[in-house]
Amino acid sequence: MNISLVLQMAADTFPDRVALTSHGVHYTYGRLYASAQAAAGLIAESGASYVSYLGESSAATVIALFGAAMAGKPFAPLNYRLTVAETNRLIERLHPVFLVADEDKMATVPDGAAAVLMSPARLLEATASDETGEWDEPQDEEGVAVQLFTSGTTGEPKAALLRNQNLLGYILGTVEFASAEEDEAMLMSVPPYHIAGISAVLSSIYAMRRIVQLPQFTPAEWLRHCSEQKVTNAFVVPTMLTRIIAHLDESSEPADLSTLRALAFGGGKMPLPVVERALTLFPTVSFTNAYGLTETSSTIALLGPDDHREAHNHPDPMVARRLDSVGKPLPTVEVEIRAEDGSVLGPNQLGEVYVRGPQVSGEYQGRKLTDEDGWFPTRDSGFIDDEGFLFLAGRIDDVVVRGGENISPGEVEAVLREHAGIDDVAVVGVPSVEWGETLAAAIVLKPTARVSADDLQSLVRGKLRSSRVPEHVRFVEALPYNDLGKLLRREVKGLFGT
Amino acid sequence: MQLKAGTKLHSSACDTDVMVIKGSGEVNLTCGGTQMTVARGSMGELDAAFAQGTAMGKRYQNEDGSVELLCIKPGKGTLAIDGVPLAIKATKALPSSD
Repeated sequence: MNISLVLQMAADTFPDRVALTSHGVHYTYGRLYASAQAAAGLIAESGASYVSYLGESSAATVIALFGAAMAGKPFAPLNYRLTVAETNRLIERLHPVFLVADEDKMATVPDGAAAVLMSPARLLEATASDETGEWDEPQDEEGVAVQLFTSGTTGEPKAALLRNQNLLGYILGTVEFASAEEDEAMLMSVPPYHIAGISAVLSSIYAMRRIVQLPQFTPAEWLRHCSEQKVTNAFVVPTMLTRIIAHLDESSEPADLSTLRALAFGGGKMPLPVVERALTLFPTVSFTNAYGLTETSSTIALLGPDDHREAHNHPDPMVARRLDSVGKPLPTVEVEIRAEDGSVLGPNQLGEVYVRGPQVSGEYQGRKLTDEDGWFPTRDSGFIDDEGFLFLAGRIDDVVVRGGENISPGEVEAVLREHAGIDDVAVVGVPSVEWGETLAAAIVLKPTARVSADDLQSLVRGKLRSSRVPEHVRFVEALPYNDLGKLLRREVKGLFGT
Repeated sequence: MQLKAGTKLHSSACDTDVMVIKGSGEVNLTCGGTQMTVARGSMGELDAAFAQGTAMGKRYQNEDGSVELLCIKPGKGTLAIDGVPLAIKATKALPSSD
């Protein structure tokens, strides 16, 4: 198995259809396939063991991804927002590497660190071809197709390995080949080093839905691309949707989203008020909330468009709360909730989310986390309700143990978020002589809001048990997030001197 | 012939290529009436009784679902195991989540 099959089938079926629009240039499936083949030749010649990409999305990203697959080498894209020192440490781990890097990044790569170093423009030039030939599929059946470095919010980045059968299992199990209409276009605004960036390329090409790349996300550029490129589908991470909505609320110019049919989001918890606002603001758009991890080749559960509309303003609170769930597991995966002792829990019982299926790799370089039966512990806590909807309650490692009682920060954050004066909030555990750990809340207020710590403590006391009341409250200008909107809880703890 | 997930098989009676998604062990798999092969071999006649054609990107399975094949190149033949035609697997359409 090899992920290049995805592009090969598309190129065989409709070679002249536009596959990708990048910086205003259109690339057909046939052209991408021919270029990927040419890239595979360059990669094989170089003797490199890895193919890496250090830069923003471009046509070269797609060509490097498939070229690497055809050459049988792992594609290991790097986060271009890391420091030079961090980046160079990762490049060392990929030695010898065929590295495609943005012009401004090329200068920061030490001499001799890469077997081949070239810019995206140079790769496009060197692989500009419409000629395809027969090629020998790499016979490494267990081959690693993609290697992604986890964001390293806790220590040195780990290298998550996604094998060809994981990624292909995900695509073949969830996407119908060539199912997109010819006018469909998908706006891709996640960076190439994120699992959602990889899965978006594979899914869109297999569905034969044109990809429109947005290399640098800003709300204004996102809206402009939607209207100019007649975008029908898009995927965003929660912060992007929050910013798009804020932009629409502030802007005097009406946005043209008339072609947008489907908006999917994932990569973190979407605040409930943002989903509700989006449903009201875009009444004709189909919303899909996707839950997945790097180690599971993207989505493992989703809340689909019908569920969103049904839950929105539903009088039955048990139905309405589904808007805060991540929906149901895909038909191709199994999900279980387990207690700390490993026993499988029933409906509505909170425990750790375990997942199993062809797309689940659960593997890092040198370490496999799946058990002998193939189950992967996600380190997410959650429960499944009577109707099969999966609700997440945060990362297990974020759980605060106060006097022997387990408290999920998300539960307290949700109550605080209801306060009209609060713009953003993070609850973490800090050391306490009395309790072992106790709760601390970092609060970002809206510009004109006047709120005291007492007000907030009373709010929590009124809604939850007294053990949930944050002992420490600090008002801050902003909370620390990484570039994809993931809250850096370790840094929040630092605000309280721990 | 021996089936194994990931193996690509060619028809000897038409253009059809398939990839094995599911299935293992010895199976009498034909397309267009003749045995499918791993290596491209000499071409045989298309049997008119097995000429319904295959469709690109469709999944084909036997009745108990123990064998599943993905058509990666379409052709004129019908896929069959022990002379019983395989059916297109109905898949539930999922909304795009990425």
